[in-house]
Amino acid sequence: MTLRQAQGGSGDKYDLAVIGSGPGGYVAAIRGAQLGMKVAVIERAELGGICGNWGCIPTKALLRSAEVLDQLHHLDELGLRADNIGFDFARVIARSRAVAAQQAKGIAFLFKKNKIDHLAGTARLAPPRTLLVDGKEVAAKRVVIATGARPKGLPGISHDGDRVLSYREAMILPERPASLVIIGAGAIGVEFAYFYAALGTKVVIVEALPRLLPVEDEEVSEALTRSFVKRGIEVITGFGVERIDTSPSGVEVIIARQGADRRTLAADRALLAVGVRGNVEDLGLEAIGVKLERGFIVADRTHYRTSVDGIHAIGDVIGPPLLAHKASAEAIACVERIAGVKDVHAVDYTTIPGCTYCRPEVASVGLTERQARESGREVKVGRFPWRASGKARTAGETEGFVKVILDAKHGELLGAHLIGGAATELIGELGLARSGELTADEILGTVHAHPTFAEAIKSAVEDAYGEAIDQ
Amino acid sequence: MATTIVMPQLSPTMEEGVLLKWTKKVGDKINPGDVIAEVETDKANMDFTLEDEGTLLELLVKEGDTVKLGAPVAILGEPGEVAATATPGVRLPLPLAGEGRGEGGAPTEIKPEVTTKIERTTAQAEDTGRVRSSPLARKIAAERGVDLRSVAGSGPGGRIVQRDVVSVPLGSRRDNSADAVKEVSVAVPVAAQPSPLPSPASGRGGEGDQKIPLSLMRKTIARRLVEAKTTIPHFYLTMEADAEPLWAFHRQIKAATDEKITLNDLCIKALAVALARVPAANSSWSADGLLRYGRVDIGVAVSVEDGLITPVVRNAHLKSIGAIARETRDLVVRARARKLKPEEFSGGTFSISNMGMYGVREFSAIINPPEAGILAIGAIDKRATVITDGASETIAIRRRMNLTLSCDHRVIDGALGAELLREIVRVIEKPIGMVL
Ligand SMILES: Cc1cc2nc3c(=O)[nH]c(=O)nc-3n(C[C@H](O)[C@H](O)[C@H](O)COP(=O)(O)OP(=O)(O)OC[C@H]3O[C@@H](n4cnc5c(N)ncnc54)[C@H](O)[C@@H]3O)c2cc1C
Repeated sequence: MTLRQAQGGSGDKYDLAVIGSGPGGYVAAIRGAQLGMKVAVIERAELGGICGNWGCIPTKALLRSAEVLDQLHHLDELGLRADNIGFDFARVIARSRAVAAQQAKGIAFLFKKNKIDHLAGTARLAPPRTLLVDGKEVAAKRVVIATGARPKGLPGISHDGDRVLSYREAMILPERPASLVIIGAGAIGVEFAYFYAALGTKVVIVEALPRLLPVEDEEVSEALTRSFVKRGIEVITGFGVERIDTSPSGVEVIIARQGADRRTLAADRALLAVGVRGNVEDLGLEAIGVKLERGFIVADRTHYRTSVDGIHAIGDVIGPPLLAHKASAEAIACVERIAGVKDVHAVDYTTIPGCTYCRPEVASVGLTERQARESGREVKVGRFPWRASGKARTAGETEGFVKVILDAKHGELLGAHLIGGAATELIGELGLARSGELTADEILGTVHAHPTFAEAIKSAVEDAYGEAIDQ
Repeated sequence: MATTIVMPQLSPTMEEGVLLKWTKKVGDKINPGDVIAEVETDKANMDFTLEDEGTLLELLVKEGDTVKLGAPVAILGEPGEVAATATPGVRLPLPLAGEGRGEGGAPTEIKPEVTTKIERTTAQAEDTGRVRSSPLARKIAAERGVDLRSVAGSGPGGRIVQRDVVSVPLGSRRDNSADAVKEVSVAVPVAAQPSPLPSPASGRGGEGDQKIPLSLMRKTIARRLVEAKTTIPHFYLTMEADAEPLWAFHRQIKAATDEKITLNDLCIKALAVALARVPAANSSWSADGLLRYGRVDIGVAVSVEDGLITPVVRNAHLKSIGAIARETRDLVVRARARKLKPEEFSGGTFSISNMGMYGVREFSAIINPPEAGILAIGAIDKRATVITDGASETIAIRRRMNLTLSCDHRVIDGALGAELLREIVRVIEKPIGMVL
């Protein structure tokens, strides 16, 4: 039965079929079920998508091991002592896999609880508007495509799964490489750099743009570079990769700055983390007329409609920012629109936080200082370094700072950039301030507990007005 | 489930409306798109259309009642349902807001039984005087003198947020869709501007003084003009034109047709023709770039009882003088009867204001944002003029007129303004150009 025919009559069919079970797909399915729809999720791999199985969750599990190891190495600063500090790489990896598996199980439970059918298999669309799962028709009134993204290579350079890794192999290596060249200094590259460096791997990170985490505020990139270099990570920016030569025992990565200054980096393995592309192939999209642009599905940002009626798309497959919480937020908005819910909270793309979970952690929301200035507004910038924070000193985590960018006229919070401290947790307060349109006055008027990491936010705002007490 | 229907926002600035007439009665079945009442707003009489389906269970206000924006007017539900179960105020139809309701038209539409659990937001602030708004929205409103009670909130639960207060950024609101219309266009001669300083408010006023309550239109005019005059760097250029050719042309037209064509119609045409020839001046400022219009839509300042409004003559450069005259006449009549639709008084690219009929010789008008200019037309009168003919100079009595252009300096520099004004003068002095 086709989607069109599915309209009207009753019978065994779905109000909503979701392709993919990542943070886009599974959230869409559950929200649909909550709103009274009969929902199916088609997933060809593990439940939970990249996020649960090969992205956010397993990498954060790995990073936790690295972070604790890191702290153990600095125990004497706290007056503590431990002998025989070490790690078992295979068990670090196994724990990460176990955490991911739990995530997938949790989603299976949620599906059962919400009476959502999980159809294991590969989905395809065929003309005129038929949904096929492993070749068999499934009748559904609406389809939400949430097929996510996969790693992409560079011109002439691709992953081989052995010496030239993607994030997927990098998180399940059989043994710790003695040396690793990471190509790409976005969040994924930077997190793996920290992880392997903490475990003693000799890490070189190469970025074609002039700095680490190129989307973050420049001061944050600088601070992170200083910290990485101090840790012994070699940071090479402004260099592109020309070629990777592999042998059974290792790789040679040939890099150059605009064709000159050629250098060869030798290592056990290389991790290619230069971005992702939408999973748009083999879905039958062209045949039914779903428009694509630069490898992502074209969908509007209120109803998430594709160019074909009744077919919606959300998450990584419609393009950046490639973040799990962005996929989930789109899922809710999309399904609520479909259900005709009133007062749908449209996703505000200016309040989506971005986090990188290396140490020191990096988190941001809104505009960078440069973007804010280039927008032509008059801005006030406030900073508060962690070394001035009582809490940070007690915790022995004095690297980094909080930086806020405010509109000079109304005190609107235009952007916030944190490195160090509890950056990825604190960004929540700043996101709330942005989405609630709170101004400097409300932040200053909120009594923050002492001593906490959070009070540094208030101190940074005070600094913007030249009223800092603790600085 | 029964739903309370509330007074919608039918004009961009409306705070309340008079329910003139119910066009449906209790028990009538309502389909999406049905008009249920006629409502008088601060701008015009409007149809009150429902996008919901159901049966009218109860009418809560009488014809002639004045109803605040968002206040309940009727209850819609299933026949036989008890009206009292209506969820309070969950529906604020905003025909002017961008988001259409639901997913109209998609062939595979599904309408699951939507239960109360998805009416997640709290009721609209009932009319307790408390307005839900964000701190940033309040600051910007205070700065601009915007009365938050007149603003419809588009945030969660109808909360007023920044975008509701900031009129859509200059230059970007020019598309003609009704949803882009957030502010009423008002162009007004300087003379008519209420002088803001010093304020008499502190004094009690002398004997015989009278306090006239501010009408909605008066408040809007005050706010818009303060905003325009304080945020746009105005400068003014004046030229005197020989009005004899225009005068003669007008007489010729009058003799040739029964149609009533005024000097003002000719001035509209002259401005449009000149703008088409100097397209750089037909632009708007916005922070991310100048918007150069592909059309020439002239806003014509019209005085109405207790105020002013600028209906727009679209594509005036392409229209015949007769067509402009007919259209302007119709717009003026309907403006005075308050029958204009929002899209008819917004979206101009340049404006014109004529005070010649009041004997005003020359004046400077305030720009109507986001437009970048307005042409002020003074009276045509006879003046002693030096006529140069080769080497000989004589003084003659000729009809002349003063034209003053107000320009937004962010868009139009002195030289460009002068070029436009010279072009206007050229068309007025050679009116045959208007019909070529
Ligand atoms: C190493 C790494 C770390 C990351 N860390 C973070 C982080 O810390 N925070 C964060 O916010 N984001 C992080 N991300 C990004 C995040 O994982 C993605 O943004 C998120 O998973 C996108 O969700 P999605 O639902 O759009 O797609 P995905 O999670 O990619 O899910 C898509 C699912 O669709 C399935 N599928 C595809 N095609 C078909 C088909 N034809 N039929 C059936 N099933 C199909 C796939 O099997 C997959 O399970 C990370 C990504 C990586 C790679």
